[in-house]
Amino acid sequence: MGAGHAHRLYRQGNSPVHRLPPHTKLAAVFAFVAVVVSTPREAMWAFGLYAVLLAAVARAARVPAGFLLKRLLIEVPFVAFAVLMPFVAQGERVEVLGLSLSVHGLWGAWNVLAKGTLGVAASVLLAATTELRALLLGLQRLKLPPLLVQIASFMIRYGDVITDEMRRMRIARQSRGFEARGVRHWGVLAKSAGALFIRSYERGERVHLAMVSRGYTGSLPVIDEVTASRAQWSCALALPSAALAVCLLGWTL
Amino acid sequence: MHVPDGFINAPTSAVTGVVAAGAIAVSLRGARHELGGERTAPLAGLVAAFIFAVQMLNFPVAAGTSGHLLGGALAAILVGPFTGVLCVSVVLLMQGLLFADGGLTALGVNITDMAIVTTVVAYAVFRGLVTVLPRSRRSVTAASFVAALLSVPAAALAFTALYGIGGTTDVPIGKVATAMVGVHLLIGIGEAVITALTVGAVLAVRPDLVYGARGLTRKLKLRVNGELVDAPAVQPVTVPATTRSPRKLWITGLVTSLVLAGIVSFYASASPDGLEKVAADQGIDKKAEEHAAAGSPLADYGVEDVGDARLSGGLAGVIGVGATVVAGSTVFWVVRRRRTRDVSPASTSTGL
Repeated sequence: MGAGHAHRLYRQGNSPVHRLPPHTKLAAVFAFVAVVVSTPREAMWAFGLYAVLLAAVARAARVPAGFLLKRLLIEVPFVAFAVLMPFVAQGERVEVLGLSLSVHGLWGAWNVLAKGTLGVAASVLLAATTELRALLLGLQRLKLPPLLVQIASFMIRYGDVITDEMRRMRIARQSRGFEARGVRHWGVLAKSAGALFIRSYERGERVHLAMVSRGYTGSLPVIDEVTASRAQWSCALALPSAALAVCLLGWTL
Repeated sequence: MHVPDGFINAPTSAVTGVVAAGAIAVSLRGARHELGGERTAPLAGLVAAFIFAVQMLNFPVAAGTSGHLLGGALAAILVGPFTGVLCVSVVLLMQGLLFADGGLTALGVNITDMAIVTTVVAYAVFRGLVTVLPRSRRSVTAASFVAALLSVPAAALAFTALYGIGGTTDVPIGKVATAMVGVHLLIGIGEAVITALTVGAVLAVRPDLVYGARGLTRKLKLRVNGELVDAPAVQPVTVPATTRSPRKLWITGLVTSLVLAGIVSFYASASPDGLEKVAADQGIDKKAEEHAAAGSPLADYGVEDVGDARLSGGLAGVIGVGATVVAGSTVFWVVRRRRTRDVSPASTSTGL
C-alpha cells in the first residue's frame, strides 16, 4: 500500500486525452475495437489508416512511441500462432521464398496480426492515459453492475498487497535455502499458494469488518460523480467515428 | 490462452458477449448466497486478487520451462462455482483493460471459455465425485485433482468449438482440436497436481474455508460423564433469509429465450455451422444418413407447411424453447420430489 496508487502502465500527464472523462474514453476504445474487428481483411489500407489514427491519439496524449511498442510485446504468443497459420491452413497454395503457403492461412495470419495489434495498441493507450480509480468510475458510469465494479476495485486495490505478500513468501523460502527446481518442489509452492489463499480470504474478512464498522451496508457511496459534456463526448468519439468512416469505405471499395 | 481481437469473427464475439453477461448476472446473484450478502464485494475482490497473484506463481517443470496455474478449478472448489466465475471474469476484464492481455471484443470469448467453461466443468466433476467417494479429506483432494485435470481440456474444446463457429481462418477444425486438446491435456496434468496440492494445503489448515468440503464438518460432540454425546443444536442466528421469488428470473429467462429463438434467429447465419462445413469439405456428410427425425414437423429448424422461411424458422425456435422448458422443468421437478422424499429420518440420522 506504501507504493504509489497509480499502476505501472499509467503515464502521468495532462494532455487533452488524459483530461477526457473516463467513460467517454472507455466507450470510444470499445467502439474503435469493434469497428476494427468488423473491417474486411482484404482492405489492407484501412488498417494502415487505423494505425495512423491511433498514432495521432498517442501524439495528442504525449505517449512516446517506444513505450507503446514495448507494451505491444504482450501479443507475442499469438504472433507465434499467426505465423503457423499459413503452414497448416487449407486451400490454394502459393510459393513464397520456396515455401508452400496457404493463401487462406496468409490472409488469416494478417487478419489476426493487424486486428490484434490495433486492439492491443488501443487498450495500451487507454491504460496509459487513465488512472485506475477513474477507469473503475468509468465502468460504473457505463452501467456495469455496481457489485461487479466493487469486486474489481477491491481486486485492483489489494492486487499489489497480495502480490507483495507472495513476494515476501518467496523471499522467506529463498532465505531458508529453498530453490524450486522441478516437479519435486511443487508441494512447497502449492503450500505457499494455499497459505496465500487463507491470508487473502482472512484479509477480505478483516476488510469487510473494517468497512462495516464505518457504516458499510453493501453499496459504496459515489462521491465523485463524473459527467461528460457534449464537447467531451464528441471529442472522445471522434476516434471511432473516423474509424467507422474508414470501415465503411473498406466495405464499399 | 487469452484470445486477441480479430481471432473470432464479430457475430460470434457478440453472442459470446451476451452469454458472458448473462452468466455474470447469474453469478452475481449466486455469489451473494455463497459468500453472504454484503460480504460479497470485499471477499470476492480479495479472492480475485489471489487468483491474479497466483497466476504469477511459477511452477518449474524441467530444464528451464515453467508453468503457472489458470485458477478456474481452484477458485470453484475453494469459494464455490458462482464466486469462481465472478472472480475469474473480473481478473480477465482487468487484464483486458489494463494489461491489454486478451482483446476487448474477444472479452466475451475469453470469459465464456476460461471463466465459465473451466469453472462449471470443474465444479460439476468435483461435486459428482465428492458425492460418490467416501466423505474424507483425501477424496476431496482426489476430486479436485480430477476436476482440474478435466477442466483444462474442456476449455480447450470449448475454444475449438468457438473457433469452428466463428474462426477467421479455415484451419481444419480437426487439426485445431487435436493440437489444442493435446497441449492442454499436458497443461491439465500440471493444473491438476497444483490444484490438488493447494486444496490439500488449505484443507489441512482451514477446512472451513474450502467451499467444496463444507459437507465434511462433523457435528460437535460433548463428553458428558465419559461418554460422547451430540451437542445440542445451536439455534441459528436469525439470518435475514432473502427468499426472493425466483419467478422474476424464470420469466426473464423464458422471455429472453423466446425472443432469441423467435426473432433473433431470423438474422442468424444461414451458412452451415463449422462441423457441417468440415463434414461437407471432407465429404463426410455424403455418408451421413438423414436423421431419423428428418421427416418430423420441425425438421431442419423450420415448421412444415409454413412458406415464409423466416416465420418458419422463428416458429420452430419458439416451439423448441417451449419443448425444452417443459422437458427441463419435468426433470427438475422429478429430481426435487425425489430429493425431498429422501430427507427422511433414516437418511438424516447418519449425521455429517
